[in-house]
Amino acid sequence: MPARIIETSTVPFNRVAVDPITLDIVENALRNARNEMDAVLFRTAMSPGIREQHDAFPMIANHEGKMVVGQFGSFLYGFIAGYDGTIEDGDIFITNDPYSCGGAVSHLNDWLLMMPIFHEGKLVSWAAMFGHMTDVGGKVPGSLPTDAKMIYEEGIIIPPTKIYRKAQLQGEILNILLHNTRMPEWNKSDFFAIIAALRLAERRVRENIDRFGADEYISAMWDMLDRNRAAMSAIIQMIIPEAKDGKKAYFEDWIDDDGMGNGPYKIACSLHREGEIAYFDFSASDPQSFSSINFLLNEEMFKMFFGAFTINLFDPQILFNDGFYDLVDVHIPEGCILKPKKPAALSCRTHMLGRIFDLMGGLLGQGAPDALNAAGFSDSPHFMYSGFNQEGEWYQLFQIGFGGVPGRPAGDGPDGHSMWPAFTNVPNEFLEAYFPLRIREYSTIPDSGGAGLHRGGNGIVIAYEMTERGEISIHDDRWLTYPWGVNGGEPGLRSTKRLVRTDGTEENIPSKCDRIEVNPGDILYFNTWGGGGWGDPTERDAELVLLDVRRGQVTVEGARRYGVVISDSKLDAAATEALRTEMKARPKPVGLFDRGFTSIEELKSRCKAETGFEAPRAPVFRNRPRLMAAE
Amino acid sequence: MMNPAIPPIRPAWGSLQRRTKVAAAESTTTMPKPGGGRLRLGVDVGGTFTDLLLLDEKNGRTYMAKVPSTPQDSSVGVLNGIEKICRIAGIDPHDITEVMHGTTVATNTVLTSSGALVGLVTTKGYRDILQIARSYVPGGLGGWVIWNKRPPLAPLEHTIEANERLDAKGAVLVPLDEDAIRRDLTVLLSSGIQALTIALFNSYVNDVHERRIAEIAREIAPHIPVSTSAAVMPEMYEYERAETTVVNSYVRPVVSKYVSNLQNEIQRRMGADVNLRILRSDGGLSSAQGAMDQPVNLLMSGPAGGVAGALWIAKQGKLKNLLTFDMGGTSTDVALIQNSIARTRRETRVGDVTVRAPSIDVRTVGAGGGSIAYIPALTKALRVGPQSAGAVPGPAAYKKGGELPTVTDANVVLGYLPSDAKLGGDMEISRDLAAKAVGTIAEVLGKSIEDTAEGIVRIVNENMVGALRLVSVEQGYDPRDFALIGFGGAGPLHANALARIIKSWPAVIPPGPGVLCAYGDATTRLRNEASQTYVTLVRDVTDAEIAGRLEDLAASAAKELTAEGVSEKEQHVVYQVDIRYKGQGMKLTVDIGPADFAAEGLAGVTTRFDAEHEQLFTFALDAEHELVGLRAVVQGAEKSFVNPETSRDGPDSSAARVQATRIYADGAWRDGHIYERGKLRPGNRVAGPAIVVEMDSTTVILPDHVGVIDDVGNILIWPSDHKNAQ
Repeated sequence: MPARIIETSTVPFNRVAVDPITLDIVENALRNARNEMDAVLFRTAMSPGIREQHDAFPMIANHEGKMVVGQFGSFLYGFIAGYDGTIEDGDIFITNDPYSCGGAVSHLNDWLLMMPIFHEGKLVSWAAMFGHMTDVGGKVPGSLPTDAKMIYEEGIIIPPTKIYRKAQLQGEILNILLHNTRMPEWNKSDFFAIIAALRLAERRVRENIDRFGADEYISAMWDMLDRNRAAMSAIIQMIIPEAKDGKKAYFEDWIDDDGMGNGPYKIACSLHREGEIAYFDFSASDPQSFSSINFLLNEEMFKMFFGAFTINLFDPQILFNDGFYDLVDVHIPEGCILKPKKPAALSCRTHMLGRIFDLMGGLLGQGAPDALNAAGFSDSPHFMYSGFNQEGEWYQLFQIGFGGVPGRPAGDGPDGHSMWPAFTNVPNEFLEAYFPLRIREYSTIPDSGGAGLHRGGNGIVIAYEMTERGEISIHDDRWLTYPWGVNGGEPGLRSTKRLVRTDGTEENIPSKCDRIEVNPGDILYFNTWGGGGWGDPTERDAELVLLDVRRGQVTVEGARRYGVVISDSKLDAAATEALRTEMKARPKPVGLFDRGFTSIEELKSRCKAETGFEAPRAPVFRNRPRLMAAE
Repeated sequence: MMNPAIPPIRPAWGSLQRRTKVAAAESTTTMPKPGGGRLRLGVDVGGTFTDLLLLDEKNGRTYMAKVPSTPQDSSVGVLNGIEKICRIAGIDPHDITEVMHGTTVATNTVLTSSGALVGLVTTKGYRDILQIARSYVPGGLGGWVIWNKRPPLAPLEHTIEANERLDAKGAVLVPLDEDAIRRDLTVLLSSGIQALTIALFNSYVNDVHERRIAEIAREIAPHIPVSTSAAVMPEMYEYERAETTVVNSYVRPVVSKYVSNLQNEIQRRMGADVNLRILRSDGGLSSAQGAMDQPVNLLMSGPAGGVAGALWIAKQGKLKNLLTFDMGGTSTDVALIQNSIARTRRETRVGDVTVRAPSIDVRTVGAGGGSIAYIPALTKALRVGPQSAGAVPGPAAYKKGGELPTVTDANVVLGYLPSDAKLGGDMEISRDLAAKAVGTIAEVLGKSIEDTAEGIVRIVNENMVGALRLVSVEQGYDPRDFALIGFGGAGPLHANALARIIKSWPAVIPPGPGVLCAYGDATTRLRNEASQTYVTLVRDVTDAEIAGRLEDLAASAAKELTAEGVSEKEQHVVYQVDIRYKGQGMKLTVDIGPADFAAEGLAGVTTRFDAEHEQLFTFALDAEHELVGLRAVVQGAEKSFVNPETSRDGPDSSAARVQATRIYADGAWRDGHIYERGKLRPGNRVAGPAIVVEMDSTTVILPDHVGVIDDVGNILIWPSDHKNAQ
């Protein structure tokens, strides 16, 4: 049964006409509040994941739980629908259980805190924020076991719980949580940092109500939701064609493997419009996996992805919100890899989550060339390193890697950047000062970005030299399938990982693995993938390609992919023209996308030769989703 | 101040000379000639005007002058101004002993991408350090779709790697390969680069290789200036340190040329013993040589002058807590002053360039008088800025061909900027053109032109409030405990409305709001600091050890002041300790005097830290404390100036009335008067609605508010029913 909201006032809010300028002012005030929440969090959190890399996301919602300012849509619907208890003034709720909140958070590392904000006895808003905790217990350091088969192996599960009751911290509950993690100090500080951010949002909301009045404030939020709805309605009509003769846009992409030798796993989506409603249907995606790569995709979050991508092209200043949700219909069948059934493991969902970026581009781009980007760094691959140092103290690092942003209509993709908002890398001097390792190299990989009129961004190589005995874990992808190119652009290079031991032996490390033993002096070369290219590479200004070469972003050999011939560091104009003429005469690839393979079978047939690894086995599924639905 | 390339809100392009003459005439008739003694000259160069303020230390008298800036070589304008102000004051240039200068040369160089071609030397494996940066893409979810990264200020084709490596404790892991770097430097230094940066990994702990490479570079090419990262910013974080040092190199040739030209010319006219000092971003003064070596410290020199001027005015007016609000043509700078001290931070931002150099915590909003209002078709929201009409075509009201509605046009429509050509000198303002421009969006909004204009002003004010919040509430300060001082070309137009939103009373309009930066330049103290990164747990060090380090830093910082002729007695030392809870990434800076540190030791530092952490973030932790950095700041003695005697008048201000007018506020036209600032006397009260005009600025006093002239000539605006308004 849904949560019961306890209000001491029964006076309903009146929807009043809000002056459009007041509306813009409330919008700005909320935008400022959100920025302040981030600022407080990043300054006080302790784990490098939140503090340096900013893996945490704030939100302010209206009293109905609709996100008015934030990034990933409301975390609240699933919680309010599923929480069997009361919501009162002074409560703050915590949960990390994806299955208890409809996937509002998608693995146990994300601790979600939600605070109802009351004013004169009535619920007026919500503030919420989740952040990635470095460790929440479970079978491996970092709590992201590749081979987990059930969620219970992935750490302590917190069902929605009042961690503050009548404004009092429930200290014993917090103690239980902290006792179950390997990094209690970090978690504690990160927890209080999130609380501080929520308190700040609460103050801002109350100030706004003092300034404008409760009815005006509530009505302004409704208006902001309506304004987004109107804008998105127009955008949907503009960029999504109606299905003519039943023909829908369709796109599919893959996660290469599950870390247990099976793969690739397909996510597929069709898209069409009927009237003003956009329909996304994931029915053709693969069923859930036995390992932890499943991603419990919250439908609302997917709508937010869709909206954010498109609205950026039209009014980047808008405060994007939930208001358009009823214009989008998302269908994900139960038991699908995007809607696994409890207790399926979920911890390594990051690849599937990131792959949504590529899927979205491929799907929308078919109807709207302005939204057609190549495939990019659609992931947040992890590097984890832990152990006891020589003094017997535990050390544990969790780090996210970055790669090539794709070639886009707007221009070249940046090298080694993040496609997630707010994310940053951890300074290497900081790492060396606090962890037993050295970063021997931190540079971009020439030619790793796909060739195109707009070049795909290059991936980067990070060379980690360990200085203590310990264990490393890696979670990565795109070692088999390529980040595809579009409009004649070529795919980018895949990811690779190579471990060089002190005795000179080298081994390729698979994309997903846990607990690889390392010793002082061992060096791991973690090479991330590049972005796909956009547009015909032979159209790129040859002088620009020469500059790319001088800058080390493209090699002399790689320049030939652009039909550019360079000798003695100079452009060979005649040879370039000849090569370009010859390239233009070649048959053009069919279709918008260049995936770098013709079929999965064809790709697998050259897997061993190209990557050194056996091709993954085709996944075998226990239950077809249809059967499960019939149970 | 931030955007010198942009016109102030009321430029009088064609008639500048005449206005300046008027100002000069006023000054000479109202001010007696100075006596002997030290004369300090403050000079602020803006995009349109160069402002000068001459201060006679002996009797506190001041003289002002305004001349056109000369963007092709700013020193020409400065020298013109000096000539002018000497004529106004009736003095010989040789009587001037000190010239204090706030400059936007460094800022402009960054904003207009007109700096030097910089070569960069990194540690092997780090050549892409600026290309990768922090991997951050601005904007929200999907922001990468439209974001294009600016190429690094040190181009990759001019970046080389040195084969060398230090560990995090400063030990040499790989010795410097001198032959290889000499070979590579020889090529790089002859490739056309104009400045060189050396930024090696872990050099903040040990800069032995940076210094050696610098030596080699100077042997090969003595004429190319070299900046090393540990000398410019001896702090952890390799990207930030490299970027900061590259920016230093990027602006260095331009700044060096400018400062040395200016110094030569000044000495030629004023004698060899005149001291030229440049205002730094952190509000301190730098010697001319210091400015030429580390120009990265000048990026906020201009705005710092404004804050320093506000500080000075505040002291005269006995106001201790102030929010400063400096609004120009395209951007606005805000800062916070508490207990007569401006808050500083260890980061400076100019455009999309961020460097780790200490600066007054000035936040810049990309909105000003020239900002354009528009309505995106899809969302029908009213947006103001960041696009600006700039100098050309400028706001529609200025009759320079602008057609898009700007904030200035809205102010004209509302009657805040009077369009009567006979007022405030010789402005050429067309209300008709302003109304026409605003009308284009009024139609879309379905509102009257006046309501739309008021909407534009309210939205731009809300943007300003966002910035004021960043410097106040976000830092744990309540804006109601502060007065708001508005200056710059447009600050006095908006100050009353802003104070009303954030309840910061009074709104203060200083005399000569357009030349406040020059005031600040003239009244600033010499300041120098020395710092070191020193990361250690508090429990692992003794009070005596830290005291020793701080004393050494103080001695090192004091050297420059002593060399500048500040006696030891006049030097004031403050220690700063950067500290955090172990595991945190941020740090807070705790200020503590040598006497307090001697008495309380590190316990005094941790107590202060816990208190500030709680104030800023609502909680303190029982975690261990970790020191991050130590710093000693040495300042010259504060000068106190005697004010000119001014007699107090009664409340009646009608003698200053010029004519009746009407302004549009809170949805209706209201009748009021226009006043001439020069005729208002201390003690006078001006009831809103009122417009107060003067040479370089226009003040709005809203209905139900009253402006009271204080003893030093500030207009203090209060709500009429405020207890202090009586």
